[in-house]
This record gives sequence, C-alpha cells and structure tokens, in this order.
Amino acid sequence: MVNELEFEKPLIELRKKIKELKEFTQNSDVDLSSEIEKLESRLTKLETDIYENMKPWDRVQVARHPNRPTTLDYIPHLFTDFLEMHGDRLFGDDEAIVGGIAKYKGLPVTIIGQQRGKDTKENIRRNFGMPHPEGYRKALRLMKQADKFKRPIITFIDTKGAYPGKAAEERGIAESIAKNLFEMAGFRVPIVCIVIGEGASGGALGIGVGNHIHILENSWFSVIAPESAAALLWKDAGQAQKAANIMKITAPDLKELGIIDELIPEVKGGAHKDIISQSAAIDKVLEKSLKQLLALSPEELIQDRFDKFRKMGEFTEVKEFVNSK
Amino acid sequence: MKQSCFPVVFKGGLILLKDFFTKPKKKKYATIPSEAAKHDVPEGLMTKCPNCRKILYSKELEKNLKVCLHCGYHLKMNAFERMDSFIDKGTFQEMDGQLISENPLGFPGYLEKLEQIRKKTNMNEAVLTGTGKVNGHDIVLAIMDSSFIMGSMGSVVGEKITRAIEEADKLKLPFIIFTASGGARMQEGVLSLMQMAKTSAALNKFSDNGGLFITIMTHPTTGGVTASFASLGDYNFSEPGALIGFAGRRIIEQTIREELPAEFQTAEFLLKHGQLDAVISRLELKETITTVLEIHGQVGELQW
Repeated sequence: MVNELEFEKPLIELRKKIKELKEFTQNSDVDLSSEIEKLESRLTKLETDIYENMKPWDRVQVARHPNRPTTLDYIPHLFTDFLEMHGDRLFGDDEAIVGGIAKYKGLPVTIIGQQRGKDTKENIRRNFGMPHPEGYRKALRLMKQADKFKRPIITFIDTKGAYPGKAAEERGIAESIAKNLFEMAGFRVPIVCIVIGEGASGGALGIGVGNHIHILENSWFSVIAPESAAALLWKDAGQAQKAANIMKITAPDLKELGIIDELIPEVKGGAHKDIISQSAAIDKVLEKSLKQLLALSPEELIQDRFDKFRKMGEFTEVKEFVNSK
Repeated sequence: MKQSCFPVVFKGGLILLKDFFTKPKKKKYATIPSEAAKHDVPEGLMTKCPNCRKILYSKELEKNLKVCLHCGYHLKMNAFERMDSFIDKGTFQEMDGQLISENPLGFPGYLEKLEQIRKKTNMNEAVLTGTGKVNGHDIVLAIMDSSFIMGSMGSVVGEKITRAIEEADKLKLPFIIFTASGGARMQEGVLSLMQMAKTSAALNKFSDNGGLFITIMTHPTTGGVTASFASLGDYNFSEPGALIGFAGRRIIEQTIREELPAEFQTAEFLLKHGQLDAVISRLELKETITTVLEIHGQVGELQW
C-alpha cells in the first residue's frame, strides 16, 4: 500500500501474509482457514496495540500524511451552501487560507481554514498551507464580516506555520498575525477552532483565538514545528523526534495542559482512513460547542474568550521581589 | 590628503610583495604587559563600539545613553539602564517582581538555567514592569531585557505584561513597552505561544477602554513577540538599526534560497515598507514620547 507509515510496518507485513495465505488456499487444495483466522485475530490485536500506543512522533507522521483530509475536504461533509470568498482587498488572494460563508444545519456561519495542497502542483499554488500576510488579512476581513452579520466563526487550523519568506516580512507577517489575535479577542460572535492537522506557531494561532479550541487526536499544536525546535535548541533539525517527545505537542498532552477543550477521536489509523466517520466525529463536537456558545450574549462571549486565554500560563509567586533595587 | 595617500598604499603593497618571496622573520620575544601596566587601565573604563570599533570612555558612553559618539550606533541596554534613561529619577515603582517561572513541560535543565540567570541579571524574568513618570507624565511601563534567555516570552513574561496592561487600564494611564526578544520561549512550549493571545486580548480590552499604547522596538524584536503586542501599538516606534522581524534570517535564506540584503529586517527596512510609524534616536526618544503623551493628555479625554 502507498503512503503507509514507518510505525505501521508490522501491520503491513501481517496483512501481506494473510493475503498470501488466502491466495494459497484458493489456488491449492490445502485448507488454511484456521491459520488465517488466527492471523486475523492477531492483526486486530496488533492494530489496537499499535494505534493505541502511538508515540508523539507517530502522530506527527499521521498529521502530515499526504492523504489527511484538509479544510476543503471536511467542508462538504459538515456544511451546506459553502461559498468561497477571496482576497484581502489590500494586496491579493492567498490560497494558503480559504474562507467563506455557509450553513451549518441551517445556521449561517463563516468558515476560515488553512489549506495545503494534495499534490505538488496544488501545493505550489497553496504554498504548502503556509500563509502570507494577505492570508491573515483575508481571514480578518471575513471574520469582521461575520461579526457584523452575527454569524459564528469556525476555523480549521492546519499549517506548519506562517511562510518564512522575504515578501512575507516586507508586507508585515508579524503585524498581520498580531492584528488577528487582537481583533479575534473582541468579536461578539462565537468562535470555534478545530486543529485538523498541524498547528505550529503564530501562523496557527493567527486564526486560533477561539472560545473553544478542539483538536483531532493525531493532530499536533505547538509553539514551533519539532524540526525547528530541535534546530533552535540543539542546533540539529535531525533531533525532531526528541523535540516532539519533550515539547508536549500531541492532542492528549495538550488536553492535560488545559490548552484545548475537546479531543476529537480519530478513526483507527488516522482521519485519512475514513473521512465520513471522521467528519461525523467532528460534527458531534462542533454541534455541542455551538449550542453552548450560542446561549451566551455577545458580552459573555467576549468575556468567556478573554478568561480562557487570561488564565493560560504556569508560574509561582515567591515572597520577595527578585531584584533588590 | 587623498593624493598623498596613494604612494603609501603603493609602498605597503611593495612590502607585501617582498614578504611573499622571503621567509617571515620570527619574533625573538613576545611582549607581555606587566601586572602593573594592566592595572593602569581599570576594568570597564573603556568600551569598544561593536559597529565602528572605536574605543570610547565608558562613562562618556553611558552619559550619551550608550549611543556611540562616533557612529551613532545604539549599544545594548539592560532593563535597569533603560528605565534610568527614560523614567524621571526616583519615580519608578516596580510591579510583579515576585513572579517566577515553573517548568510546565518538565524540560530538562530549565529550572536550573532560570535560577542562574536570575542571579546574573538580578531580574525575576525577561521583562521589568512598573509605574513611573516621563517628564511628569504618569505611565505604566514594561521593558524587556534580551540578556534573560534572549528576552524570550514564557508564562511569566506574558503574565507580567498582561498585568501591566491591566494596571494601565485600571489607572487610566498610557502603557509603554520597550520590546527586546528572540520570540516565544521554547522551554515552555505551547504555553509560551498562548501568551501571544493572552497579551493581545488584554490589549484589545485596554484599547476598547480608550487606552493609549506605545511600543518602542529595540534590538532585537523577533518571533512571537513581534507577532503579538510589539506590533499592536497605537504608535509603533523603533530605535535605529534594531533587528525586527518574524522569522529568522537564516530560515528565510534557506527557504527562498537567496541571500538577503544587509538591511533586511532592520528598523529602517520596516519603515521603508510601511511597518513602523517612525525610527527615533535614543537621544531624542524621551522628548518625542513626551510630545506624544502631551498630545494625548489624559487617556480617554480630549480637552480644549
């Protein structure tokens, strides 16, 4: 099978064996059905073993799977009447972020999401899902519109980070992200964010200041991609696995740290194995989330969002000031 | 002057050529300065400008707010030097000097590193916050210090800045920040990232209540700090020559596979691209900010 991952190798080998035995049974007189049955039950056990004990690095691999569903893949399964809107009205249209209006079970909503490509050609067009300032400014334009027309905002986070390029710096990538953090804090409508793949750095947070932040089980969310963290901390991008282990970037770790609201379980082996079931799992959490938030007044929504981020951070207070000056 | 220079250069060239063909003479002895001679020049009396390499009297340099008297280069200031240079004497009241970082990720060696740096810098974290007066105008102030783990933002930095913003909101005073940071603090992972949202949300509230926020970006201001409060001032100023950017220069060069111009990500570069209100010399900073404060008067009021 194409695109199987390193940690899935034992499964692939076992599946191959079973297939061989089945073919052998068909083509000869020897009956191996009891052996096949044994192997199949072993496969089920092995699947459970492997998928329930995934290491952080395994999850990073799943989150980066080329077939992992993207924002535009989920939209038709979750929403109706989606109309994509383009452009930031200042510079251009950044296809690394998509956005538009749609209905969620009849409720008008605004959808924003980072969007990577499925093949090289699309990836070049979408800049591998790494937005430029115009992407964040398009997102802000659409979110302001949602705020004006009182539509809930739903964002899908899936990016390795904002694009580290010359043009991005010239046009103020930092300012564009900062403005989004600032403005999102003040919107009078519910904001629900769902991390569906990768979520690195300010580039992810730039559409991530929500009342609720949910995450798919095999997604990761961190201050920086594991490769870059390793490069910064130990001057060796090759130690990305170690960084993934230390930095607590997986969904279960984030749940423990109190950063995210709901961990959305994935289908066995990852979201790419079955987008319909995966969409159903997302739908369940999204519906619950919106129901809770729609019960709040605009002022309560702002306060709820403010309180959520206000309490993030861990520190202690000692008795005296450290500096004696 | 220029004409007489020519033969000198030529002569020098000749010597080099000759050297090329003869074995260099070995020095028969080395000069070691005597202990007495060493003590003639007390430690720290002179400072070398990192830009023009000229030697300056430290006292004179400090009197000139650590701006090189020859080339105008702005040397690094720590948070206390900055405070002394900007705030009226004796008016500074520090806040939240008792907050200490924890080790939320269990990052190996992090707590020890913090302990060491606290002792060395005499600061509890990479930002100093408090209230004070600028030519008589009351303000709330935050000064980041890049000597504390590159001025990186972890939970405590985010908390101290947020509390300072809230204090400014409560007291109806302008909030001024001097930024200097390598960005988010790796050792606190996603919690560092969330400080960007926390500080930005506090600024949103402050702004809604009519608060005045001025940022002065100093060398270097990068990463998550640039992508949050540093860029959110009603006025965004910078010191000359400061490095300001989001992604690191090396990462960008690797990504786009071309060498970047020398002035890339400097204050002047940002000014040219419309990302800053003004670049202000340290020698004129206090007076310029005073003018801004005077124009704004009391926060939230316009009297005529």
